[in-house]
Amino acid sequence: MTATDTHRAIDAVWRIESARIIAGLARIVRDVGLAEELAQDALVAALQQWPESGIPDNPGAWLMAAAKHRAIDMFRRNKRLERKHEELGRKLQAQQEMAVTDFDGALDDDIGDDLLRLVFVSCHPVLSTEARVALTLRLLGGLTTEEIARAFLVPEPTIAQRIVRAKRTLAEAHVPFEVPRGGELAARLSSVLEVIYLVFNEGYSATSGGDWMRPALCEDALRLGRILAELASQEPEVHGLVALMEIQASRSRARVSSSGEPILLLDQNRAHWDQLLIRRGLAALDRAEKLRGMRGPYALQAAIAACHARALTPEETDWARIVALYEALAQLAPSPVVELNRAVAVAMAFGPVAGLELVDGLTAEPSLRGYHLLPSVRGDLLKKLGRFEEARAEFERAAALTRNARERDLLLDRARACAGS
Amino acid sequence: MRFMMIVKSAEKWGFPPKELMDAIGKLSEEAVKAGTMLGNGGLLPSAKGTSVRVSGGKLIVKDGPFTEAKEVVGGYAQFELTSKEVAVESAKRFMELHRQHWPEWEGETEVRQMYEPGDFPH
Repeated sequence: MTATDTHRAIDAVWRIESARIIAGLARIVRDVGLAEELAQDALVAALQQWPESGIPDNPGAWLMAAAKHRAIDMFRRNKRLERKHEELGRKLQAQQEMAVTDFDGALDDDIGDDLLRLVFVSCHPVLSTEARVALTLRLLGGLTTEEIARAFLVPEPTIAQRIVRAKRTLAEAHVPFEVPRGGELAARLSSVLEVIYLVFNEGYSATSGGDWMRPALCEDALRLGRILAELASQEPEVHGLVALMEIQASRSRARVSSSGEPILLLDQNRAHWDQLLIRRGLAALDRAEKLRGMRGPYALQAAIAACHARALTPEETDWARIVALYEALAQLAPSPVVELNRAVAVAMAFGPVAGLELVDGLTAEPSLRGYHLLPSVRGDLLKKLGRFEEARAEFERAAALTRNARERDLLLDRARACAGS
Repeated sequence: MRFMMIVKSAEKWGFPPKELMDAIGKLSEEAVKAGTMLGNGGLLPSAKGTSVRVSGGKLIVKDGPFTEAKEVVGGYAQFELTSKEVAVESAKRFMELHRQHWPEWEGETEVRQMYEPGDFPH
């Protein structure tokens, strides 16, 4: 094996093991930043030793043991310091001796709990959303700073800074390395889910850059979601989010034309939908629905996505059910965008007149003022009603509002088609 | 990136020992927990299979066993992983279990990357 091969293999081992190692260490040293540094030290040791010694049979265990030794060295160093400040240090020393004794047992325990703690700490509300995203991708996703920077089209030093600051903020705020309990759990879990879905959406319909999709980010988000689904298997919304992402991801191949243009859901070639991901999504939704309590926003959105996934042709879509699901969603998490989607479903289920009535009720909504999909949907319904002149004006308005050049062309085409009718 | 792992061996080895099956079960469980394995499955002996082949402009349907094949596919797994190297590392772990629990067995795991949306020429 050449040195390059060894380095590649070490990189692979690191990607597979790093989150577990960091999580295990964080429990002992009670500091996520320090845990990552210790794990990184172990990685450096591997990079120095493995090209000579060969890759050990159980490389994950090797890395864990190396990191553990570094942590114990650190404790001992601290202990020597304490001897010099005996009055101050006696109590702490006893604590740390106990910590060293506990170390072996602690690292051998089920790592799952530690990973879950790491998830909650990385998505802690003391951090900005951007910092949560960066830290989660770094510590749990195993991504390098460079990869995160590339994915979000941000300079690498910006991400590096963000991660350093996030670690410092966590340490300064003395954020405990634990899973929140009781009333706090729901809010903290929703912060975790938000981070994961944000990563997914950035991959699914990139808000910036030349590509409409960045599949690697979708995969990272899905992987994080799937991990969380096993760690927090009693939480219906976790399965709801996983179901939503699996089903959305199942359409990746069908939603872009060969020339890179977006293809709308009802125009997609359903033969290109990924049936494996659909099956996984429906299974995740089933898990969510079998758990206690009423459906949350992610499970409801997943249930809507599932209605499309189950329909072999657009005509088979159960629009009445989709309307009911949007109604439930609007009650739980009301927003003008949800209302607009509900209007589209109502138009499909009960005809364009009923849909237009709802859309007309939204035209005065301030938050939708610059939202191109409102005139686009309105134009579509007016056209179906044969009110071509009004439809043309709406498509033109929508074209003026969108920032996506390809979408603009499409809308202007539709406007012209109305003028000819 | 999505990978298909295809396990091939001669059919003379028969069914794997329980220790190996248990170890594979544990590894699969870990892969599910790591969010990387999308699905997997084992195949019945080729004696229960049929080959449908196109050759010389004709369809040739032939029942198993596939005696002319030196090694046949015995199982597969689909993974979503961050790199080819990670995929190879995963395959090594899988094959290491065979080495430990079924030392006389010989076979291979093919690591094959699957097409992504952007890879389609049309």
